[in-house]
Amino acid sequence: MNAETFELETAPADAGTLRRVAIDPVSRVEGHGKVTLLLDENDQVQQVRLHIVEFRGFEKFIQGRPYWEVPVMVQRLCGICPVSHHLAAAKALDHVLGADRLTPTAEKVRRLMHYGQILQSHALHFFHLSSPDLLFGFASEAGRRNIVGVAAEFPEIARHGVLLRKFGQEVIRLTAGKRVHGTGAIPGGVNRALSREERDGLLADIYSIVAWSRQAVQLVKRLHAADPVLYDAFGSFRSNILSLVGANGALDFYDGHLRARDADGKILVDGFRIQNYQQLIHEEVKPWSYMKFPFLAALGPRAGWYKVGPLARVQNCDLIPTPLAEAERREFIDHGQGKLIHAPLAYHWARMIEMLHAAETIKSLLHDDDLSGSELTTSGPRDRQGVGVIEAPRGTLIHHYQVGDDDLVTTCNLIVSTTHNNQPMNEAIRRVAQRYLNGRELTEGLLNHIEVAIRAFDPCLSCATHALGKMPLQVELQDAAGQVVGRLSTAS
Amino acid sequence: MPLAPVLVLACGNPSRGDDALGPLLLERLQAWLDSAGLAAGFELIGDFQLQVEHALDLVGRHLVLFIDAGQQTPAPFVFRQVQATDVASHSTHALSPEAVLAVLPRINHEAPPPAFLLCVRGESFALGEGLSAAATRHAEAAFERLQALCRVAKLDAWQARLHPPDGS
Repeated sequence: MNAETFELETAPADAGTLRRVAIDPVSRVEGHGKVTLLLDENDQVQQVRLHIVEFRGFEKFIQGRPYWEVPVMVQRLCGICPVSHHLAAAKALDHVLGADRLTPTAEKVRRLMHYGQILQSHALHFFHLSSPDLLFGFASEAGRRNIVGVAAEFPEIARHGVLLRKFGQEVIRLTAGKRVHGTGAIPGGVNRALSREERDGLLADIYSIVAWSRQAVQLVKRLHAADPVLYDAFGSFRSNILSLVGANGALDFYDGHLRARDADGKILVDGFRIQNYQQLIHEEVKPWSYMKFPFLAALGPRAGWYKVGPLARVQNCDLIPTPLAEAERREFIDHGQGKLIHAPLAYHWARMIEMLHAAETIKSLLHDDDLSGSELTTSGPRDRQGVGVIEAPRGTLIHHYQVGDDDLVTTCNLIVSTTHNNQPMNEAIRRVAQRYLNGRELTEGLLNHIEVAIRAFDPCLSCATHALGKMPLQVELQDAAGQVVGRLSTAS
Repeated sequence: MPLAPVLVLACGNPSRGDDALGPLLLERLQAWLDSAGLAAGFELIGDFQLQVEHALDLVGRHLVLFIDAGQQTPAPFVFRQVQATDVASHSTHALSPEAVLAVLPRINHEAPPPAFLLCVRGESFALGEGLSAAATRHAEAAFERLQALCRVAKLDAWQARLHPPDGS
């Protein structure tokens, strides 16, 4: 870890009179987040913190429910990636039902659902959350930095983004049974397979989906090539990385074992069984944050924190098992010139490589007759607890349940990808604040740089509430006494 | 099956208190349309939140109705016509109805159909809660309006039923 880690977490006691800048909530991030910056009299940044109001009440929501209801209920935790929670819960509860090895049909239908989710989520993130920043510039007029602005100036890009997401949603609808609140994955397997007609319907579009995904990778590479200094340096910091890795070290979003590397790329842990995740990962509580800070237990909280998500996955695996994405992975790795790439903006490049891999995998699965098989479920000797780990679009997602003899859930524990990335997001915005805000007049464009860094990690705050008027964007500037001296507000 | 001329698009999370107003009204509306023999004229879609792909659901419709819960909405509800608006939203995790309408011509080269929003006042949005007492009352009032709208699903009839009447 480099020397600057944690440097701006807490302002020095002798920093003098400070003023506070609060960005509340972070825009285009689902849920509630707030960034606070403490500046001294010379506009020098003394302290930067990302506060995320972590999801509360989940345990109460799930405890006491029959275990078979859980894969459906957990979808209501998140309106953006409900399928990830659906599948992680089903995977955990497979073990409760003794279904340690699913039927080929069940596993492939679940994989198809999951890769459809990865595709649609990555498309949403890149085309509709991040591309406005990347295409127009971080400091451009706020009114252009949105999907409508992209659609106006880059209509073909926006159209591809919509159609990629639409296709992913259709994959989810066919595998989960419904567009939202699906029930496809159940403990022990799935409750439906795909008909020949359904597969043919998806096959009719998949070749365009693969082609557009390839174009998306080319687009993000062009953006990098156009300003390599910015893309390689913006908010960059060194850290360990963590992800699931599948058989033979291949990239696998659905299943595998845990692998961690240090900041130089050296493997720290490999082949770690997910059932023992509590031995590998501990969580630190800090008094200023509602969200915990996970770390590799063997290294401790100062040196053991890590990144998850596309940037970690693409570099943690040894290969991607589809040809087009593997070629892109190799080019990405070459870009690092033998070193691990840590730049937050490289998340976008890695994300698009993953989207291409998801498209290729979906194409392959759609040609597999197991998708239309009739053996949907299996079971075995019951257990009282289960752990399910999945690589959700934003990173490693862990579900852990204990179930009583009456089949009711007694305890549950979740570690979501946003929690894994808590320390990395804090480090990224501290780098950005040091580089872009120090000593300068604060403007909306400069403050957006902070948000660009956060959005690269794509945090999702598990808040599916979206009621109109509920999520206004407020930027407050306060003096040292806590007096609000300026405020910006954007209606949702 | 021919495309239904009227699309009703309701948003909300059934497990988050009054955010369930949209899906609950949608469910109740579907049952009522079935019993009233009106179902063929309507397609009902529910989702957690509005997203870019919903623009494609607008294609070929004569009328569109968005249903949502609103935190600062005057009680019991607001029913107003919405226009495509290119204004910036800080959140594209959840688009506004106006932004969904604005996306359509950009990606499909066609004007969006006439669209309205029924926004029902909600009070509490905590996980695991049911509808609040106030939201239950607001839902009753909103459902009466929904029935009236669906009995005469025409642009001028809907424009005559704006609430408040000036559509503000």
